Amino acid sequence: MAEPLLELSAVTAGYGPTHVLRGIDLSLTKGERLAVIGRNGAGKTTLLATIMGLTRLHGGKVRLHGLEIGAMAPFRRNAAGLGLVPQTRDIFPSLSVEENLLSAMRGDASLDEAYTLFPRLKERRRNGGTQLSGGEQQMLAIARTLMTRPEVILLDEPLEGLAPVICEQLMAAFEELATDGTRAVVLVEQHVEAALSFATRAVLMSNGQIVFDGPATELRERPDLLHRHVGVGIET
Amino acid sequence: MGRFVPLILLAVAVGLYFLLPYNLAFLTRILIMVLLVLSLDLVLGYAGIATLGQAAMYGAGAYAAGLFAIHVWADPLAGLVAGAVAGAILALVSGLVILRAQGLTVIMLTIAVAQICAEIANRARDITGGADGLRGIRMDPVLGLFEFDFVGQVGYWYALIVVAVIFCFLMVLGRSSFGLSLRGIHESPARMGAIGVSVYWRRVAAYTIGGAIAGIAGALTAQITQLVSLETFAFVLSAEALIMLILGGTGRLYGAAIGTFVFMWAHHTAASNDPFNWLFVIGAMVLAVVFLLPKGLISMPAALTQIFKGGRDAGT
Repeated sequence: MAEPLLELSAVTAGYGPTHVLRGIDLSLTKGERLAVIGRNGAGKTTLLATIMGLTRLHGGKVRLHGLEIGAMAPFRRNAAGLGLVPQTRDIFPSLSVEENLLSAMRGDASLDEAYTLFPRLKERRRNGGTQLSGGEQQMLAIARTLMTRPEVILLDEPLEGLAPVICEQLMAAFEELATDGTRAVVLVEQHVEAALSFATRAVLMSNGQIVFDGPATELRERPDLLHRHVGVGIET
Repeated sequence: MGRFVPLILLAVAVGLYFLLPYNLAFLTRILIMVLLVLSLDLVLGYAGIATLGQAAMYGAGAYAAGLFAIHVWADPLAGLVAGAVAGAILALVSGLVILRAQGLTVIMLTIAVAQICAEIANRARDITGGADGLRGIRMDPVLGLFEFDFVGQVGYWYALIVVAVIFCFLMVLGRSSFGLSLRGIHESPARMGAIGVSVYWRRVAAYTIGGAIAGIAGALTAQITQLVSLETFAFVLSAEALIMLILGGTGRLYGAAIGTFVFMWAHHTAASNDPFNWLFVIGAMVLAVVFLLPKGLISMPAALTQIFKGGRDAGT
């Protein structure tokens, strides 16, 4: 079995004294595509925030490359190889597209990479962060995270509120990010169909716990679980 | 258009030298204040550090340059370096503590640092001259060629060149990834942290660079006026610099320059015409700008264009 890139063991975490995640065990290897699904409030966003160090870790261990990172500040975790694309996108409004990318650029990252993945951003490179559509903002948020050279990309509901055609473009970009096998992609998504068609492995969360962890194809064949914990059916 | 603004500002500064040859001391004071406000713009406008104590670094730079000239070397450029180092060290040491705090606490701490510096300067009478100020500063000619003259011609050109160099430096810094990250920190510190930037250390770096620039402004004052008083640490100086910055527009270097010029010119004119009620004019001007141009005077062309376009569209 491949050495785990990211590993969470018995993680309990939340906001302030509140526990949202309870006893999470999860490991991720290089090149893996993981979908995290669940209802609103299941703890999906908190899971990503905990990996990134944006919440309070009450207990358990978070390791990256075997190194304990539970006490590390978010900027150090990013430098260590974690990259989060938040649900809120958090584009810097006063900076142009290009400046947003440059503000995060590290090492051998280049603007061309971002523009190759999302040609639309090149066309809009002089536009301010607030002059972009929702889809363009999402592309920029993803591209900006890529500028930090992450080995694990954490995508928090990137398709939320976007038109189907934009969702398709983004899914194609996720495919491209995952295919070279150099990084792991974690996709938290409410669109179960899209998430499971992209992922090779799926995690189903409910009430801050993992109730299923296995191949995405297996979860697709468990409509009972999906109904109970997500409240949706899926075409198989 | 934006790329010509520095050239326009430079042309105005050169033009004023010829138009107002008997007001060079006042014009030089404006240039020095531009430098102080630029330092504040880096700290507040870019990095988002709320401060009312920028005068601390200005005063430290002034005393350091004055003492350096008296006891070590009277070369003006070396004095600028001494001022910059003093401002940077004070900003670094105080910034390491202050920037651990947030919001109003930061403002209070910055004020406290300036007050402590003022009190130290007051108590260290043997070194600083105390309440009488530091006297006996005699500067060598700039580059060994240009002697400071009574009219203030050399002082004006010297200050203008220093301001131009610092302005260019800040333009480059503002466009660098460091400058962009400061603007990102200003808008969303949490996001900037999540994309790998140490918000605390970037803020400390910005505060230190701002302190060095404020120190250079103080050093210029010491060299050109040949006197350093306790007023260099005054709260009023920090507050006025903040008003000048808000007036011109934060986060835009041109805004800092324009705001300083307008404020000091209005101050000078109003105070000469009505020594008792001039503050009313300043207050009215600040209120008008805050309400009508919340992004400062720098946004006036855009606002006027919008009004003009709106009127034209309504007419068609």
